[in-house]
Amino acid sequence: MFKKLIQKARVKSPWLLHYDCSSCNGCDIEVLACLTPVYDIERFGIINVGNPMHADLLLVTGTVNYRNRKVLLNLHDQMPDPKLVVAIGSCALSGGIFREAYNVIGGVDKVIPVDVYVPGCPAKPEAIIDGVTLGLNVFTRSKEGRKTHAR
Amino acid sequence: MLKTVIPFGPQHPVLPEPLHLKLTVEDEVITEAIPALGFVHRGLEMLANIRDFKQMTQVVERVCGICSMIHAMCYCQGIEAIMGIEVPRRATFLRTIWSELNRMHSHLLWLGLFADSFGFESLFMQLWKIREKVLDLNEATAGNRIIVSVNVIGGVRRDLAPEQISWMLAELAEVEQEINRLGSTLLTDYTVKKRTAGKGVITKDKAFELGLAGPTLRASGVCQDMRMLGYAAFDQLDFEPVVETGGDCYARSKVRFREVLQSIDLIRQALSRIDQSEIRTKVKGRPQGETVCRVEQPRGELFYYIKADGTKNLERLRIRTPTFANIPALLSILPGMWLSDVPVAVLSIDPCISCTER
Ligand code: SF4
Repeated sequence: MFKKLIQKARVKSPWLLHYDCSSCNGCDIEVLACLTPVYDIERFGIINVGNPMHADLLLVTGTVNYRNRKVLLNLHDQMPDPKLVVAIGSCALSGGIFREAYNVIGGVDKVIPVDVYVPGCPAKPEAIIDGVTLGLNVFTRSKEGRKTHAR
Repeated sequence: MLKTVIPFGPQHPVLPEPLHLKLTVEDEVITEAIPALGFVHRGLEMLANIRDFKQMTQVVERVCGICSMIHAMCYCQGIEAIMGIEVPRRATFLRTIWSELNRMHSHLLWLGLFADSFGFESLFMQLWKIREKVLDLNEATAGNRIIVSVNVIGGVRRDLAPEQISWMLAELAEVEQEINRLGSTLLTDYTVKKRTAGKGVITKDKAFELGLAGPTLRASGVCQDMRMLGYAAFDQLDFEPVVETGGDCYARSKVRFREVLQSIDLIRQALSRIDQSEIRTKVKGRPQGETVCRVEQPRGELFYYIKADGTKNLERLRIRTPTFANIPALLSILPGMWLSDVPVAVLSIDPCISCTER
């Protein structure tokens, strides 16, 4: 009974944490734009928090490099289970335009498991919202159908 | 007194970017601040050895997503100077218009984040609401909200239709009205003044000595703006840099606020003086030689050094961004401040970490 309640709350009101790996800011400010009145992601009950221990969702923008790899792993470890990772922008998907640069490891999925991929350079706020809401299904679904792609 | 070291960042809610500061505090007062950089370093300059010089236009746009148009404009101007390409007059005006739109959205973004840094959430939301209008202008004219990708070597990629121009003027009038409405809150409100006025003062001599750039410098009373050089079409517009003399966080926000209005004015002037012509010249051959190119970014002076050796790839590309010049300002104002004022002080220089570390 209690578990069911938590489950419902998690889908209806997930809290998100945003971490900027080495993104160019393009995707970051689009994530921020989602919070503002025009897109207003809070109507889905989503709140942006600064503390990984409060978060259900991790939004990652930008490629992983040798310096921030540890920070990303750390944030992911600190988040309580079950957690959802959404990679935003072509950088976070594969390294994007920077994939050949010497300090770049590649996409986020080289370091932590990713549930939803949102393409675009930068990804549009509509696509980000779509990705996040798609991801919420993961909380209710079983392990097999985990990988999802936003349009 | 016991000393404590508090880490600020790399993941901090007030700043979307990973800036890491090690703050040594005594009681609640900061005695020392040490920055740790490198979280966003990608090695972008070395991509010049892999991508050819035309593709690099798209790469330098991604140095920073906020001021991407101006980065590409600076790079293209540099290559055009090396190759001796004459850019059509209409293209220079179009570049001016898009670069000023870029400045507007960057400053509105900053004003919003600044309001957020001292906890004025509703002002943050209102400013970002206005910013969406500017982004709509970008999307309608250039095809994308943030990274507009309009620059190519030798001109621009897109043109404005006459009906778009009249629509833009109408939208700009609306934006101006809304900004003016918020201006009274932003500049005269008691809470805003209490949190920003008199905080983090940099005197005129100190600012000059530290070699600051952009609004941070102009807020201290030094009149320096790269747009005075008259690149693109700025030599054909009436332009007067915005200068304030306070030198504190309040003066810095005032400079940026007035620059938004100034940008609207510049776009209006450019739209009225634009004439019909080609928008792009053909580029033949490969660049050989070296050059230095300077333009004004929303955050200050942007500097490109380009060295080409006649092959498809550039030999060296060096980018110096304004935040790199402004970090010394931050380190000089932080000691002696209260811990609760750190977000305000950090944001007041408008740090762009992905520019700085590339
Ligand atoms: S995907 Fe594009 S916009 Fe997003 S961080 Fe990467 S380069 Fe910037």
